[in-house]
Amino acid sequence: MVQLTLPKNSRMMTGKTWPKPEGATNVRKFSIYRWNPDDGKNPQVDTYFVDLDDCGPMVLDALIYIKNKIDPTLTFRRSCREGICGSCAMNIDGINTLACIYGMDEVKGDVKIYPLPHMPVVKDLIPDLTHFYAQHASIMPWLETKTNRPAKEWKQSIEDRKKLDGLYECVMCASCSTSCPSYWWNGDRYLGPAALLHAYRWIIDSRDEATGERLDDLEDPFKLYRCHTIMNCAKTCPKGLNPAEAIANIKKMMVERTV
Amino acid sequence: MRFMTDRKRAAGLGSGREGTHHHWQMMVSSILLVPLVPILVLLFASALGGNHAEVLAFFSRPIPAILMALSLIVVIQHLMREAHAAIEDYIHGTAGKLTLIATTAFAYTMIAAGLFAIARIAL
Repeated sequence: MVQLTLPKNSRMMTGKTWPKPEGATNVRKFSIYRWNPDDGKNPQVDTYFVDLDDCGPMVLDALIYIKNKIDPTLTFRRSCREGICGSCAMNIDGINTLACIYGMDEVKGDVKIYPLPHMPVVKDLIPDLTHFYAQHASIMPWLETKTNRPAKEWKQSIEDRKKLDGLYECVMCASCSTSCPSYWWNGDRYLGPAALLHAYRWIIDSRDEATGERLDDLEDPFKLYRCHTIMNCAKTCPKGLNPAEAIANIKKMMVERTV
Repeated sequence: MRFMTDRKRAAGLGSGREGTHHHWQMMVSSILLVPLVPILVLLFASALGGNHAEVLAFFSRPIPAILMALSLIVVIQHLMREAHAAIEDYIHGTAGKLTLIATTAFAYTMIAAGLFAIARIAL
């Protein structure tokens, strides 16, 4: 039976409220999830105040401000700061998104930040994505061919290349998979929207010669058919992609080759 | 500690090579229910207001009896498959398998009882 309540050691405790920056007149309140595996305590929500006159407009700017000027122990992933690397995915104001491209002005009231839902936490805002990446690897995210390698390159028409638009842009931030209730309950077996979107990207690649094998591997009540078209994935994707549509297209192909 | 690689854990027991049949059956029954549900409502509406003998006479006619039987089979099978999906979602392990068996038995019992009742009225 799925567990609907948090285990005792995951229940939230009241955290520390850090002082407001001295002399700041334009401050914004941030409530941020904190958990340190080394102190043996339950997770807590710390409160910080960010001086908006001394900080960039994005939520990631505020996190960097807090780390640099208030609390250097705050831990989070970030790299490109422009929505390309997918590192800073987190739950901001109840929405899984990338902190670097999510403006503070998009949040009403206090800014509440948690790690991506339903994933083991490494520390603070860093989820353990090991299984997520292993699932991605399991769908063979590369070109599989059987024909002898051409002298120059595998050619693709402009029309066939266009079919990959809306798929190749995925940065594997895990926002979609961790917003999906099916992935919460059955993430050990269900591949989740991100891995399935990537699977579809290779299934419809005109150069790939392993379409049948790819569909064979996905034909499973759990790997594919746990998707119940809830659409959280499409709603939350910070890149504006539609994994639910990709999954529906895989299901269509499954029917086409059977019926 | 099980020294299992992440890739091995993600692959699990591999593909069950199944699921499309269930998905297709759900699509078929959904499409069939589009005309059947309004027809069922109309059938009941037509029988409303009659006394016991008139209602029995109405449902003993071939077309209402056949449509009732068809609706019963399609609706209950559709519900059963939907219930199976929900059980697979939320109840895992042996408890899940036992619940699947119980749901299947309950659904087919309902179909059998319903068909018996229709036959008894109609024949």
